[in-house]
Amino acid sequence: MPSYQLKINGKSYTADVAADTPLLWVLRDHLGLVGTKYGCGIASCGACTVHMNGSAVKSCVLPVSGLSNAEITTIEGLSENGDHPVQQAWEEVDVAQCGYCQAGQIMTASALLKKNPNPTEQEIAQTMHGNICRCGAYHRIREAVKLASTKI
Amino acid sequence: MTRSINKSRRDFLKITSLTAGGFMLGFNWLANEAKASAVVTKIAAGTDIGFNSYLSISTDGLITLFSPNPELGQNIMTSFPMVVAEELDADWSKVKVVQAALDTARFDRQSTGGSGAVPHSWKLLRTAGATARYMLVAAAAKKWNVDASECSTENSFVIHKASGKKLGYGELAQDACNIPIPEEVKLKDRKDFKLIGTAVKNVENSKIHTGKPLFGLDFYRDGMLHAMIQRPKAFGLKVKSVDAAEAKKMPGIIDVVTFGNNVAVVGKSTWEIMKARKTVKIEYEKDGNLESTSDHDKLFKTLLDTGTPTIQRKDGDVDAAFKNAAKVIKSEYQCPFLPHSPMEPMNFFAHVRADGIELVGPTQTPANARAAVSKLLNVPEEKISLQITRLGGGFGRRLKTDYVTEAAELSGIIKAPVKVTWMKEDDMTGGSYRPAVRYRFEAALDSKNNLIGYKLRGVGINAGNCTRQDNFPSGAVDNLLIESIEHISPITTGAWRAPITNFLAFAEQSFLDEVAFAVKKDPVQFRLDLLDRAKNNPVGDIKYDIDRMVGVIKLAAEKAEWGKKKGVSQGFSVYFSHRSYVAQVCEVKMEKGKPAVKKIYAAADCGEVINLSGARQQVMGGIVDGYGHAMFGKLSFTEGETDQKNYNSYRLIRMREIPEIEPHFVDNGIDPTGLGEPALPPTGGAVANAIFKATGTRIKNQPFNEHSVFTGKKLQSKMQGTKVN
Repeated sequence: MPSYQLKINGKSYTADVAADTPLLWVLRDHLGLVGTKYGCGIASCGACTVHMNGSAVKSCVLPVSGLSNAEITTIEGLSENGDHPVQQAWEEVDVAQCGYCQAGQIMTASALLKKNPNPTEQEIAQTMHGNICRCGAYHRIREAVKLASTKI
Repeated sequence: MTRSINKSRRDFLKITSLTAGGFMLGFNWLANEAKASAVVTKIAAGTDIGFNSYLSISTDGLITLFSPNPELGQNIMTSFPMVVAEELDADWSKVKVVQAALDTARFDRQSTGGSGAVPHSWKLLRTAGATARYMLVAAAAKKWNVDASECSTENSFVIHKASGKKLGYGELAQDACNIPIPEEVKLKDRKDFKLIGTAVKNVENSKIHTGKPLFGLDFYRDGMLHAMIQRPKAFGLKVKSVDAAEAKKMPGIIDVVTFGNNVAVVGKSTWEIMKARKTVKIEYEKDGNLESTSDHDKLFKTLLDTGTPTIQRKDGDVDAAFKNAAKVIKSEYQCPFLPHSPMEPMNFFAHVRADGIELVGPTQTPANARAAVSKLLNVPEEKISLQITRLGGGFGRRLKTDYVTEAAELSGIIKAPVKVTWMKEDDMTGGSYRPAVRYRFEAALDSKNNLIGYKLRGVGINAGNCTRQDNFPSGAVDNLLIESIEHISPITTGAWRAPITNFLAFAEQSFLDEVAFAVKKDPVQFRLDLLDRAKNNPVGDIKYDIDRMVGVIKLAAEKAEWGKKKGVSQGFSVYFSHRSYVAQVCEVKMEKGKPAVKKIYAAADCGEVINLSGARQQVMGGIVDGYGHAMFGKLSFTEGETDQKNYNSYRLIRMREIPEIEPHFVDNGIDPTGLGEPALPPTGGAVANAIFKATGTRIKNQPFNEHSVFTGKKLQSKMQGTKVN
């Protein structure tokens, strides 16, 4: 079994897993970082979204073998005290219903705002298109992204 | 004493020690609502009080509440404690909520479904808070040597205004233990509510926002194995032979086990079992009909004509009414199957040991799940513990117990703790579905355009009674016949958020719109006239509250400025389901030759709104759910196998497709009547009726996006037309 050195949330981790193991399952099964969620496994729902070198990526289709020099950020490492502007906005707007998709939503939104701190409503909807919320909390997700953009 | 009970007892003792010096109130949750007046057991600190505890106050003022019902996004973990805290006059910032494990001795109705939790527990929760408050006040009054009536409470303090004295609940908790328990307590007047009716944030927000382990899939334990199960790829097949030789050799694989029609790949990690599972060669043989959606389409039409219906309701003489009719309107509506597709794939943890069974995971019906495991493995229920995790959605899927029993069965076979995880594809192809249904409506009008006869016949696949015979307009029509026909199929069906009414409401409200247009009446006025008739001259039993229905109709019409707006086409719908009433107005504009749904107004009467933030979520989420599935939702079958496998072929609504939604609530002070489902059923009808107004075309089948008004293509199905005889 090959061994992979990973940099996640500023810390170094070693994972002894097969080369094709998706980052999602390395995080969940091997490193105990379960904030990143399994939804569809085919990059169609966004529940598994993390940051790779600052960009939002779907970790369920990202083989661990391609991540040797990547800086990975998961929901657990988005902020030290859970007070990233996007997390604050999610609290203020009271977004979550079941909450399962929200880590992915927050990671997509925070990557968007890093690149585009003042997105239009259309740009928000376009970027968030890859994240499904089965509870239908889309109005509040959109509102929270807008609110977060005023805090960044 | 069993080990599982011991575990609960240990949990409980931990809590009592946290609250050393405090007191706990136990409520007899088995008492029915009528007997809800406080059956309270006084508890000395640290004493083992059994399994009947609900609320604790510690000497440091922290108030702990157990939330007995599974949380799947309906926000019960916030709204239940709000009710207790209201009557207790608790400092909300010092309330802690803990999800309780399944414990039928301590809690009543520990399930989530039917929009029933708050209506069921409203008085019990209030009594819980009010009783504790009474005892705290009495303790303070005794200490100060004043009359309890001179004391008031606020923010976890008892206050004696005349002397300026003030004591915190934590400081009073121990003395409160010595206060005789009141047999009856006075509940607050709603005008004095401070917390109820306000917008309070989800108590688990910070855990959700930081990725804490909350859900069933987040449950891991040292030594736990992982498993995935290959179920037959089509309904109507059974396993003939299994060749797992290759899989068993793969890294991380412990075993491949076949039980019934399940082939379980067991291993050390999720990815390893996912890969190994692909190599397992399974031969199937026929075990029933391999049904296709095209078969159902034909079958529905045949059964509506020639099937033997069950009469669900009959008023007056329907045959005579239709014989004497000046005009008959006939119309048919059909919907496909739908998967529940909760975001969190199905999963459960089970550990079958010699001395008992441990179950952990997301379930809407923990008691049923335990009972099913008990029956299957012949282990007494008291030897089975069930820890309820947060549910990443349910929508009715997690009312079923299949995914719990198979995890337990597998653990028993492999003699190890195991978490069974379903891939999204597993649930979409081998889960349980909203049944496909077709309805035929007929309306008889006399020469003055009065509705003198009404018939509804429904046919559904494993749907039981696919009608709701006492729905409006039952009670408002002299001659009425409601019938249902069931087709039994190998395809598994089950309750899907707002069972049956999630589609029936669309069909009924669309057909009423057809009749309103046929008699050239405003659709809102048409409904109000029928309700007026039902009120003044009811026909048979009326199971809905006419005044509440009229209330939401008028509120929705007022807020949407019904009939007064230019440049938009409005459609109307109103529905009573699960004890609550919701009316909706949808607004459609034509954009590039196609109808665009711009806005939906909703007026809801769910009685007392507990948490305004949660209530708005339920209405808006319910409408997005109803609209999204009406527009896009379709699960079809070819020879028993679903054509859709995952989110790339099964379409769910996404952010850029949502209309604006404006929810309103009727403020009438009625005890809460539930809100998890009632906002969903009316949406499809309001949308289709607005599309008719905009285009002159009636959409009668779901999903709407396959209709020519959206595709631009001519109708592919003859099912879409309306016949006016």
